[in-house]
Amino acid sequence: MLRYILKRVFYMAITLFIIATVSFFLMKMLPGSPLSVENKLSEAQQTIVLEKYGLNDPIPVQYVKYIAGLVQGDLGISFQFDNTPVTDIIMARIGPSMVLGAQALVFGTVLGILFGLVAAISHNGVLDYTSTIIAVLGTSIPSFIFAGLLQWYLAVKFEMFPVALWGTYEHTILPTIALLIFPMAISARFTRTEMLEVLGSDFITTARAKGVTEFGIIFKHGLRNALIPLVTVVGPMAVGLMTGTLVIEQIFAVPGIGEQFVTSVMVVDYPTIMGLTLFFAFLFVAIILVIDLLYVLIDPRIRLTGGES
Amino acid sequence: MSKLLEVKDLSVSFNTYSGEVQAVRGVSFDVEKGETLAIVGESGSGKSVTTKALMQLLPKPQGQIKSGEILFEGNDIANYSNKQMQKIRGKDMSMVFQDPMTSLNPTMKVGNQIMEGLIKHRNMGRGEAKQKAIDLLEQVGIPHPMLRLNQYPHQFSGGMRQRAVVAIALACNPKVLIADEPTTALDVTIQAQILDLMKDIQRETDSAIVFITHDLGVVANVADRVAVMYAGKIVEIGKVDEIFYNPKHPYTWGLLGSMPTLDSEEEELFTIPGSPPDMLNPPKGDAFAPRNEFALEIDTKMEPPMFKVSDTHYAASWLLHKDAPKMEPPASVKRRMQGFASTDDKDGEE
Repeated sequence: MLRYILKRVFYMAITLFIIATVSFFLMKMLPGSPLSVENKLSEAQQTIVLEKYGLNDPIPVQYVKYIAGLVQGDLGISFQFDNTPVTDIIMARIGPSMVLGAQALVFGTVLGILFGLVAAISHNGVLDYTSTIIAVLGTSIPSFIFAGLLQWYLAVKFEMFPVALWGTYEHTILPTIALLIFPMAISARFTRTEMLEVLGSDFITTARAKGVTEFGIIFKHGLRNALIPLVTVVGPMAVGLMTGTLVIEQIFAVPGIGEQFVTSVMVVDYPTIMGLTLFFAFLFVAIILVIDLLYVLIDPRIRLTGGES
Repeated sequence: MSKLLEVKDLSVSFNTYSGEVQAVRGVSFDVEKGETLAIVGESGSGKSVTTKALMQLLPKPQGQIKSGEILFEGNDIANYSNKQMQKIRGKDMSMVFQDPMTSLNPTMKVGNQIMEGLIKHRNMGRGEAKQKAIDLLEQVGIPHPMLRLNQYPHQFSGGMRQRAVVAIALACNPKVLIADEPTTALDVTIQAQILDLMKDIQRETDSAIVFITHDLGVVANVADRVAVMYAGKIVEIGKVDEIFYNPKHPYTWGLLGSMPTLDSEEEELFTIPGSPPDMLNPPKGDAFAPRNEFALEIDTKMEPPMFKVSDTHYAASWLLHKDAPKMEPPASVKRRMQGFASTDDKDGEE
């Protein structure tokens, strides 16, 4: 097990290195420079600034310098906030995004699994159709529509929650609801399909023939087998949610990381763009590792290769 | 003679988009304590559906018991609620399924799957149930039961899994054990082991076995009595000797004739021509008539009733009517019947 994890971590490092390289050169290919936005500086001043940030070096040299810093855990200094390390920027902004993402993910999947279960149990009944309609709406309507509706009804009309901004726990509720609809719809759909398949399988008949109650059939024998494929979908979705969604953060004026990412691209803040890209990539590969380990927990048939256990 | 299970005129239908499929059309039979009844017939003859109906394991809501009685120890369980059935399933009646590869829960330890019934029906604590599960695994011939208890089904071979399925079925000493083609998915040596195992256990517990199969070799091996099913009906029922040495229904002749034997001189194996009828619109008269070279005119008009051949032997064929012309089974089948008799003499005294 430990050997397997070490092996995976090694591969993760290689993956991140490749991502860093590709995104570095892609970014250099972008038109414009950090100075093309605020061009009130004189030629001489521009040269000084470019010199200061090492942007006058040939690109391969810049690349080597960047990677060298990266290996030491240094993501560089942001251009937009003078002398602020990119690491600090990420740390300052990740909090709200993580809170919203985690809440949306947990409540979304739990609700989704419940809806999916109800739908599967009342197969082709009213509840099944209701839950299918909710799932279709949830996947097809963009979250900013829900965000607007939530703000108008729950915040403006009924004044139950704050309209926007960040501060107390109440501030997290509306953006969480807006965010959780998509993961909820996806998990509901998956759970329903998988559950129907599992409930039709032979071992469920074996369990029935043993005299197991309906509750036992669904929760003890059915759910665990139905959840295996769901883990595959929820994982990547988790990354998307945790790293913040730009639209939701803009609408609710949440000082999250998604909003920071877009600003950085607009002002061509190379180190921040690189830093955030790598941070997202890191989260992604880390979560994929967690999912693979989760599989082993849920499904005893899956054995980890590469490590003798 | 105590009739443990008595099925009277049982009909089962499936409601599908294209209409009502009459899978079982008025089946009656009974099973006594310690007895093995084999139900044979080709695919789609309704044998599996009949036994699933006994335990109310038909797929809901499509499959329904339309009419008839299922008397278990004198109580009609055909209309029992799901709650009531849960108390019978696994305790009084249990089932061994066809495919051991899919009939165990892949994410649950084999031990827990065996213990589940014990904890539910016998109010055992976990420790006691575990001990009993170890005994059961030993009883069904699984070596290292302590170790096997904590393994998952994928760590078992096919034969071992079927032994585990048998252990689950036997956990609470059921009075009736239904075996739905328990050896079909296994290779021949394992088949023999599982059959021996079931016979041994029956000898110990005196339970009744309803054994479904389409393998007549297996029938000769395990059954006391045989019911031959065709198109959702029992066409012939009798003691195993009566069915093998003195079959009366042309369909039984066909089944026996198409059974490969080691010393058959014919170059080609006999087959029954045609295919089974569509149970969406069961034919008028005798369902087997279109495939029957001995069919009489009345077969296309009226369904034959069960004619009594002996006290234990009945067959539904107009050939048994007193006005029917005397028909003999085809020569190849007759040779078979003699063959069975002689081989039986040989290993009768083993």
